[in-house]
Amino acid sequence: MSAVTALPSQAPAPRVFKRRSKFERAVSSPRFWRGIAGILAFLALWEFGAWAKAGLGLEIPFFGKLPAPSAVAAAAAEVVVQPGYWWSWVESYKRVLGGFVIAMILGIPFGLALAVNKYFRDVFFPPFEILRPIPPLAWVPASLIFWPTNEMSIIFVTFLGAFFTIVINVLGGARTIDVRYLRAAQSMGATQWHLFSRVILPGTLPSIFTGAAVGMGITWNVVLAAEMVSGGGSQAGGGLGFFIWSSYMGGSMEHIIVGMISIGIAGYLSSALIRVLGERVMPWRRAF
Amino acid sequence: MQSQIFSAPTVPTKGAISIRDVTKIYDPDGAQVMAVDHCSMEIAPGEVCMIVGPSGCGKTTLLNAIAGFHSITEGEILLDGVPLCGPKHPLASQASDRIVVFQNGALFPWKTLAENVAYGPMVQRRWPKAECIERARAALKEAGLGNVADKYPGEVSSGMARRAEIVRALINEPKVLLLDEPYRAMDALTKQIMHEALLEMYDRTKVTIYFITHDLEEAIFLGDKVYVMTTRPCRVKKVIDIDLPRPRDYTTLTSEAFRLLVKEADEAVHEEALKAFQAGEREMA
Ligand SMILES: Nc1ncnc2c1ncn2[C@@H]1O[C@H](COP(=O)(O)OP(=O)(O)OP(=O)(O)O)[C@@H](O)[C@H]1O
Ligand SMILES: [Mg+2]
Repeated sequence: MSAVTALPSQAPAPRVFKRRSKFERAVSSPRFWRGIAGILAFLALWEFGAWAKAGLGLEIPFFGKLPAPSAVAAAAAEVVVQPGYWWSWVESYKRVLGGFVIAMILGIPFGLALAVNKYFRDVFFPPFEILRPIPPLAWVPASLIFWPTNEMSIIFVTFLGAFFTIVINVLGGARTIDVRYLRAAQSMGATQWHLFSRVILPGTLPSIFTGAAVGMGITWNVVLAAEMVSGGGSQAGGGLGFFIWSSYMGGSMEHIIVGMISIGIAGYLSSALIRVLGERVMPWRRAF
Repeated sequence: MQSQIFSAPTVPTKGAISIRDVTKIYDPDGAQVMAVDHCSMEIAPGEVCMIVGPSGCGKTTLLNAIAGFHSITEGEILLDGVPLCGPKHPLASQASDRIVVFQNGALFPWKTLAENVAYGPMVQRRWPKAECIERARAALKEAGLGNVADKYPGEVSSGMARRAEIVRALINEPKVLLLDEPYRAMDALTKQIMHEALLEMYDRTKVTIYFITHDLEEAIFLGDKVYVMTTRPCRVKKVIDIDLPRPRDYTTLTSEAFRLLVKEADEAVHEEALKAFQAGEREMA
């Protein structure tokens, strides 16, 4: 007989509630429908504002300059069947992911090295800190000159946008791992390698994903700006940034808005990807 | 029930700690905070040694020195007659013969309870990986945690987590278990359950226990000896032998002998706490 077996953990299984999917729960909540109502009201107001000029001879500020949502939808329907539009997606994604992946591949080890090695930190952190405050877009002209192709310079600037954020997050995360975990591991006989691979690395993962999420956002900003600046030139055409820019040049407001919405969706998909990846890699964070 | 996981000798022979004239000064080149001053203690193998004393007196400092988390300034600490640290090696090595259970718990949040318990044997390569997990599961089951073995620490109650942490320590068959206020901030009922679980595990392993607490009833309920420490710098003020019969259970708490021991400890601690408070006031003035 032991005292422990009488603990609540041994109690009969609690009543099981039917699990509902996220979608089911959303649809059945009044918040969801209020949100839908809000969006519909916004679209209706927009539609009315755009129509008012022609219909009533009354130009409502801001809305009056916009094409109606129905016109935007019509333009979108036209655009999405053109392969060129989807090539813009591919171009932008190539650049975003290219710069982002390189930033992860270089940034994570660099950040970890800064965190675990004092000498490495003493030498490399000061130059890193000097370069970090320079906004990525400030690098555009220099990198256009430096790299042989426009494509490379866009990816380079994109890389910079994510790199600094990732490194800072990894460094911060690894440095703030609770010393208790390190001590516990060491007193159970962990070697230096074990400390690194089984404590510091998993302990830093949440910060790595925070850095990745923020970095991904910056990456999209940078890619669009870089595409607008350089994409109009000869070599590196395309991309969603250039799509917007050329719509502007062509004076098509509808297409500008289609481009803007496309970028919103693209950015959302990228963050969703990181979130899903994070949940897979860190199952212990899913619980709460 | 006879345990298959933890075997215990009837008379413990391992885990004697000798603390001889240990002094610890933090920041010797600067502020010179003397945390421990020529403190000596002899802890017998398999003894449950409870440390109480005013806040900030240096209890954790002593524990950290035994665990090898930081060096001592003077004196020496021996485990079974073998010096852990002394004048030549002021910093003890960290090894699985002494395992710490921390105040806020230090289960790795990214591992399930079973993986946590298997961690020590795995890094020490005691058994093949699958067997480590198997044995970890069995040990958790024995501690009444069988059905949460595959949960992450964040998913179980703090009481379960703390019990799992003790299982994680004991699976390494340490000679000494060092506990730094492990049950602080737990409600009285959970604490009582923790105590019974700890005593049960103690009966099975007879490991030497160095247990810091602020709770005098806890100290007397669990301990063979209660060491009342002085205010900083830390020394032993008084040793109270707890001759309450084992096994102890909640009825012990209401016995006359228990009450008298609490009173004795309370008087000693109170006196030191008052000194600490007055010293604090002087420092503030
Ligand atoms: N790293 C350090 N550097 C300087 N002083 C320290 C350091 N660690 C602890 N101290 C000081 O040493 C003294 C003893 O600290 P210690 O943590 O050992 O006390 P304690 O008895 O465990 O207290 P509590 O009961 O509050 O946990 C305290 O006055 C504390 O301020
Ligand atoms: Mg303490």
